[in-house]
Amino acid sequence: MIHNQTIIKERPAPSSSVGAIAWLRTNLFNGPINTIFTLIGLYILYLLVVPTVQWAFLNADWIGTTRDDCSREGACWVFINARFTQFIYGLYPREEIWRANIVFAGFFTLIAWLAIPRLPLKRWVAVFALVGFPIVAYVLLHGGYFDMPRVPTHRWGGLMLTLLLATVGMVGALPIGIVLALGRRSNMPIVKSFCVVFIEFWRGVPLITVLFMASVMLPLFLPSDMSVDRLVRALIGLTLFQSAYMAEVIRGGLQAIPKGQEEAAAALGMTYWKRMGLIVLPQALKMMIPGIVNTFISLFKDTTLVMIIGLFDLLGIVQAALADSRWLGFSLEGYVFAAFMFWIFCFSMSRYSQYLERKLHTGHKR
Amino acid sequence: MSVSPNTRPAGHKPPFWRDRAKRALIFQLLLVAAVAAFLLYIVGNVQDNLSARGITTGFGFLGNTAGFGIVQSLIDYSSQSTYGRTFLVGLLNTLLVGGLGVLAATIIGFIVGIARLSPNWLLARLATAYIETFRNIPLLLQIFFWYFAVLRTLPSARDSLAFGEALFLNVRGLYLPQPLFESGFGLIPLTFLVAIVASIALVIWNKRRHEATGKRLPAYWISFLLIFGLPLLVLVATGVPVTWEMPELRGFNFRGGITVIPEFLALWLALSIYTASFIAEIVRSGIQAISHGQTEAAQALSLPRNLVLRLVVIPQALRVIIPPLTSQYLNLIKNSSLATAIGYPDLVSVFAGTTLNQTGQAIEVIAMTMAVYLTISLLVSMFMNWFNARVALVER
Repeated sequence: MIHNQTIIKERPAPSSSVGAIAWLRTNLFNGPINTIFTLIGLYILYLLVVPTVQWAFLNADWIGTTRDDCSREGACWVFINARFTQFIYGLYPREEIWRANIVFAGFFTLIAWLAIPRLPLKRWVAVFALVGFPIVAYVLLHGGYFDMPRVPTHRWGGLMLTLLLATVGMVGALPIGIVLALGRRSNMPIVKSFCVVFIEFWRGVPLITVLFMASVMLPLFLPSDMSVDRLVRALIGLTLFQSAYMAEVIRGGLQAIPKGQEEAAAALGMTYWKRMGLIVLPQALKMMIPGIVNTFISLFKDTTLVMIIGLFDLLGIVQAALADSRWLGFSLEGYVFAAFMFWIFCFSMSRYSQYLERKLHTGHKR
Repeated sequence: MSVSPNTRPAGHKPPFWRDRAKRALIFQLLLVAAVAAFLLYIVGNVQDNLSARGITTGFGFLGNTAGFGIVQSLIDYSSQSTYGRTFLVGLLNTLLVGGLGVLAATIIGFIVGIARLSPNWLLARLATAYIETFRNIPLLLQIFFWYFAVLRTLPSARDSLAFGEALFLNVRGLYLPQPLFESGFGLIPLTFLVAIVASIALVIWNKRRHEATGKRLPAYWISFLLIFGLPLLVLVATGVPVTWEMPELRGFNFRGGITVIPEFLALWLALSIYTASFIAEIVRSGIQAISHGQTEAAQALSLPRNLVLRLVVIPQALRVIIPPLTSQYLNLIKNSSLATAIGYPDLVSVFAGTTLNQTGQAIEVIAMTMAVYLTISLLVSMFMNWFNARVALVER
């Protein structure tokens, strides 16, 4: 006789092991110590977030033109609004700003083109970015050609100057860095020791002394009838400093390429420069991109130091605006704005570098 | 006699530019000549420029009277002191903020780095937020923030923020009680030293005994007690020969106690917080670099949990952590030169700043300043190489 067996119906998992409660249990409240940590964390979060939101958004003043439009209960973003053009372009003449805008647009288009993997013609765009664009940018920004009035470099400033210093420093440092890195791996003892001394010297001293050196000692090094623009002096200092760091990144990339690659190229009868240019560097550069982006981020942050030798980069111009007697007492707003701008750039670059690292992390594992 | 077409006839040498060794030699000689010519050109220009400006070279200026005061100095200094003394004061101030910065950055960095790996979701997110916020904002901006937006907006001395009756914080700085040591206090550091030596001896003896007999004492706890308990015992036995000098408000300012100037506080806070965000990432990647199999294998050998950490995970993680950590320490010391932007009297500020402006001896001053930082860098990297060689994985 067959009993009429009833099949127990599928039941949902206990409510304590699925859904939000389970998540809370495993991630926030598993055990007494973690519970204490969670509570402390929540308290810290409360202490930080509530006053910040109140200050920056709820009690903040956004509209107006003078400091009287600010209630002073929260942030006074009117100050940033009123000074925005200056923060971006420095003391660049208002009626010439369109020239700076064209350079900005070209700059960001080129960067985006090179950064997005799907877009074609990478090589030609890169060549234009490194050779053609700097000339176009210089002609546009500096003027003096095609009926455009000259804008002397001491009027350049703000975010524009920050980006300019970082990009020129980087583009200038890359070839010097490649030469130094190759020299450091060379078999020729004198070449090698020159490169080691050069790299270790720049890596051993703070950037600020390099900038002091560029601004105080460079005029002594040159013939007395030759004078160098202050911006150019800062650029020379930044480039030399950066090239040493770049050399070490490139050396790291070169070391990651198996020696067999170079030996195979030598066996095919290639000369040194062919081996490097066609076999080793193309493979190594690909692996160096994350490292290069990281050095670029630190260079981007380091450009703030030029304000100490009297250039008005983004931080320098904010600092100068804070000293304006019409807008005294808004240092917090100024710094928060500058910090936000720097943060956006650095954070997105570091995310991009992490993405590249994941994407390029193939093929060279043994 | 047949000669294969590939062998060269005897006596016919290839031209010298086909010979690798000769080519390398010529290239290097050319490089030396070029560098020498460049240096000669610069030296010539410098001599012309200096004589045109009427500046005499040499280090004689170090003996001249400086004529300016310095707000914080660890050694006796007045405006009558020499430039040489200024150099020393600046150097000591750099080392002070560097040393304390390294200490604080290490502590914060390790805590945040470990918190980032915590199973507690909230804690890990808070640590991530800390790291991503502070390492993506320029250090100089952070120094300005702490100095101009926080410390410079504090109340004046009369309305100081008081923590108990001992700590006062106002726009002029942080005021702490100062210990005054009476006679007989010298015994305490002495006992401290003796306790350290005894602990080291104990640990070595314990290790030998453990290897010989398998028995071991809790040597670390005993040394902990020795190092901290013994001096405390002596302190109590000698009747506590220390009095505390409290800062007191007299007139418009505090007198007595230790004054920590706001420039120092701002620089120290910014340096520690900024560098800690990098150290935290180093600590995290160091711990993550140890494969889980190591922990499991150690547990399979039935090692207790604390020994798994102490004998297996931490030594291997340190091998990954120490080299980048040292370079962060170096960065911190080099970054302390940003002091000049807020006027903390470090080496760059008082020497490469004020002294240079007063004497005009640009070459000597910059060279001395750079030499100091280079020496520190070289010393630290020598230590790092030594340490690396000691802990490096011994492979086949």
